[in-house]
Amino acid sequence: TARPCMLISSSVALDFVLIGRTSAFLLLHQARAERFFRSDHTNNWAVLVCTSRFWFNYRHVANTLSVYRSVKRLGIPDSHIVLMLADDMACNHRNPKPATVFSHKNMELNVYGDDVEVDYRGYEVTVENFLRVLTGRLPPSTPRSKRLLSDDHSNILIYLTGHGGNGFLKFQDSEEISNVELADAFEQMWQKRRYNELLFIIDTCQGASMYERFYSPNLMALASSQVGEDSLSHQPDLAIGVHLMDRYTFYLLEFLEDIHPASQANMNDLFKVCPKSQCVSTPGHRTDLFQRDPGSVLITDFFGSVRKVEITMETINLTVPGIPLERFGGEPHTETALAYVDQLPVAQIIHQKPKQKDWHPPDGFILGLWTLILLVFFRTYGIKHLKHIF
Amino acid sequence: TTVTGTRGRSAAVAIAALVIAAGIPLWWKTTETYRAWLPAARISELEALQLELRVEVEVVFARGTLSPEQQKKVPASRITYESCCKSKSLCLVEADHALHTLTETSCGSVVIYIIPEASALLPQDMRVYVGRSRTALLRSQVASVVGAGLPEVLAALDPQMEQVLQTMSFNHQDVTAALTDRLRPGLSTRDSLADSMRAFKSSPGYEITFSLLNPDPKHHQLHWDVEAALDAYIYPLLHKMAPVANFSVDSQILYYAVLGVNPRYDASASAYTLSADSLAHVINPVEARLGSNAASSNPVLNFLLYVPDSLHSPLIIRNDQKQEVASNAFHSPRWGGIMVYNVDGAYGNDTQFPVDIAIDMSRVMGVFLSQLRLMLGFQQTGAPPGFVLEAAGREGVAEWELDRLLWSRSVENVATASASITSLAQLLDQIANIVINDNIAQQVASAVTALQAAVAELEAGNLALALEHSREAISASERAFFDPSLLHLLYFPDDQKFAIYIPLFLPMCVPILLSLLKIFREVQQHRAEKRAKRD
Repeated sequence: TARPCMLISSSVALDFVLIGRTSAFLLLHQARAERFFRSDHTNNWAVLVCTSRFWFNYRHVANTLSVYRSVKRLGIPDSHIVLMLADDMACNHRNPKPATVFSHKNMELNVYGDDVEVDYRGYEVTVENFLRVLTGRLPPSTPRSKRLLSDDHSNILIYLTGHGGNGFLKFQDSEEISNVELADAFEQMWQKRRYNELLFIIDTCQGASMYERFYSPNLMALASSQVGEDSLSHQPDLAIGVHLMDRYTFYLLEFLEDIHPASQANMNDLFKVCPKSQCVSTPGHRTDLFQRDPGSVLITDFFGSVRKVEITMETINLTVPGIPLERFGGEPHTETALAYVDQLPVAQIIHQKPKQKDWHPPDGFILGLWTLILLVFFRTYGIKHLKHIF
Repeated sequence: TTVTGTRGRSAAVAIAALVIAAGIPLWWKTTETYRAWLPAARISELEALQLELRVEVEVVFARGTLSPEQQKKVPASRITYESCCKSKSLCLVEADHALHTLTETSCGSVVIYIIPEASALLPQDMRVYVGRSRTALLRSQVASVVGAGLPEVLAALDPQMEQVLQTMSFNHQDVTAALTDRLRPGLSTRDSLADSMRAFKSSPGYEITFSLLNPDPKHHQLHWDVEAALDAYIYPLLHKMAPVANFSVDSQILYYAVLGVNPRYDASASAYTLSADSLAHVINPVEARLGSNAASSNPVLNFLLYVPDSLHSPLIIRNDQKQEVASNAFHSPRWGGIMVYNVDGAYGNDTQFPVDIAIDMSRVMGVFLSQLRLMLGFQQTGAPPGFVLEAAGREGVAEWELDRLLWSRSVENVATASASITSLAQLLDQIANIVINDNIAQQVASAVTALQAAVAELEAGNLALALEHSREAISASERAFFDPSLLHLLYFPDDQKFAIYIPLFLPMCVPILLSLLKIFREVQQHRAEKRAKRD
């Protein structure tokens, strides 16, 4: 009976210590909370889209790949980047240096590298897929790497480049996305809280028209040119034969090269990138929907991925020797021998029934041919036969 | 000519009649988008949803707390376990365990035992003890209350019981934090905001990955019995959380994986140190190597155990005040945790490399378990003054902590599901040419039904059923909202609509209209002639 009393007294002593520590812990918590609240995000995503295809739009692919490189260098992992490239410049027949995409003349910087992870390539870059990625309405069979799995504390960077006009952006020469659709897609994202803050950068002609219609909160937008202006390309490379980059993205990249993960540069510096003297067009930006002051928003809030970190103060003491709990799930399952599935089921292929082909109505050529035959018949043998038929 | 004239007129009228009677309805029907019926009235009711949360509390008076007259007036239903509280040699945990075995508490309910003021069970300064199950011991003086009826007695205990309930079930901040989806930003406090940033949002499942990082296989050959450790320490917690979500756990070992930061050597501690500022940059280079075999879109939690290489051993983490951290671990909200495990003490300078090292999994799992609890939403509740909260220990989580989580999860699910449904209904209303398939209408209807059932169960106090209904509601509403067929791709401004229809219909309609006009004028002329002839 002596032991229980001792336990009580020791627990009393512990309680006093606990009180002391909790108040100190609260102070620490406050300091950590201050750092937490500089910004509200816990993870970063990037959606980088190049909307042009064909060899002469080399610069748009180089633009997108350069931004991809910077974003990866500043910390965002591939699993959090959705990269949509519409054409394969690196393996194009016209590329004099295969497997490379250069962003600077004299072939100084190969932005293609050897660990590019393209999520949507070629004909998969469509307006539909882009809107599906943004709103999350993808078919259930879509793999994780093709989805934008952001939550309410994600900061998202969206970069679009290609050919655009007043109120629209051309996708692969066959379709276009309008600024109203884009604004509606962002509103859909806001309704489901799929982002905390969103930075939208567009490098096309008349790019400012694309962000005119935004109406959801926490959006900041930058464009390379105003309505009525064209965005110009930077410099051609005489060996490759095409323009390598656009001016706005070129100077944006020069600016980003000076940023490292711990840098404190803010958005006001980003707005000054590429003034009219360098860019010929006037870059624009829109911050009225953004709640924080742009001067307090760090570049790495969107382009990098600086994690919030907390020290683990409390641990659970599990080292008390006790009865080990029984294994969950019953006995350990026996290892079954694994074998490959038959890769080429020849038996099935040989004895395959012929596939049922659907019936299609005769197409235009057949119809035209028959019409010709009928007309010739009635012309030669006389029109009087016609009224018996019709 | 009159014959051909009448024939021509009747042909024109017949064609016009056919176009108007059959053509226009046919065109309307074929260009209509299929929109299944949605229960709009019930959905608009959801916008003004009022939540009422009810906790069942059972108050039990121990012998000695009530005076005999009070005892007569208070309906005594259980007398059997008074003997338990009288014995003074019981220590607190055993008393709690004994009490727990006597009552059957359902999910969400709380039992408060009032023990006499002079009882020695609780230490002098403590008034309340909260055990591992849903019971609390409250020390209070009740016999001195004047009036001595049951309502007065309970009224006297009210403020203390409220405090107990706020600790064990939910308080205003918890509910506000869970409702952040529907509330205007800025209403929640900073602490609850930090908690909401740290814990994952409600999701049907989670993927947990445990990784061992060995940057130096030439010197260290590490053995970790992760399966047994998971079975012993982690699976009990996950099993208890089965009503909340599904969990899928896997583990991996990564060789030659380094942290992205160079630790600095501190001669005073003769160890390498990582300061708190550099911790933020550790995670990103590692994450690229981690990979994931998650087949679903569920959130992933990563728990990394890093054993420093022999050149940089021992490696300790320092906090802001440059003090050593006891756990040598840190975590990142909504991502997971990293623990640094030093093995330099296990071998001397002249052993033969590689050294076989067995990792002490209980120490490691203690850290990971506490980090896992934080990520899953069990907040570090600061105990109010005068309270003793029993730590969960090996079971991972106390039942009342789980109840707390269930309360906030149910409220969060109800809020999210109703927000999804109302915004989906608004979207479908606004955009007239989105097709609403039958399956979407069915999902919406079932979500609304489940929501109303969840709200009813919350009002009745059945927490387990409420959570089940709220999970049903949220999964149905997410499936309806994110259905791939709900894509409003076709933005048709009015001028584009005209541009499409005019070349198709105008060449056809102009002859018809003109011929009708001509017939009309002829008929009028004819009638005028007839009237003139009569006169």
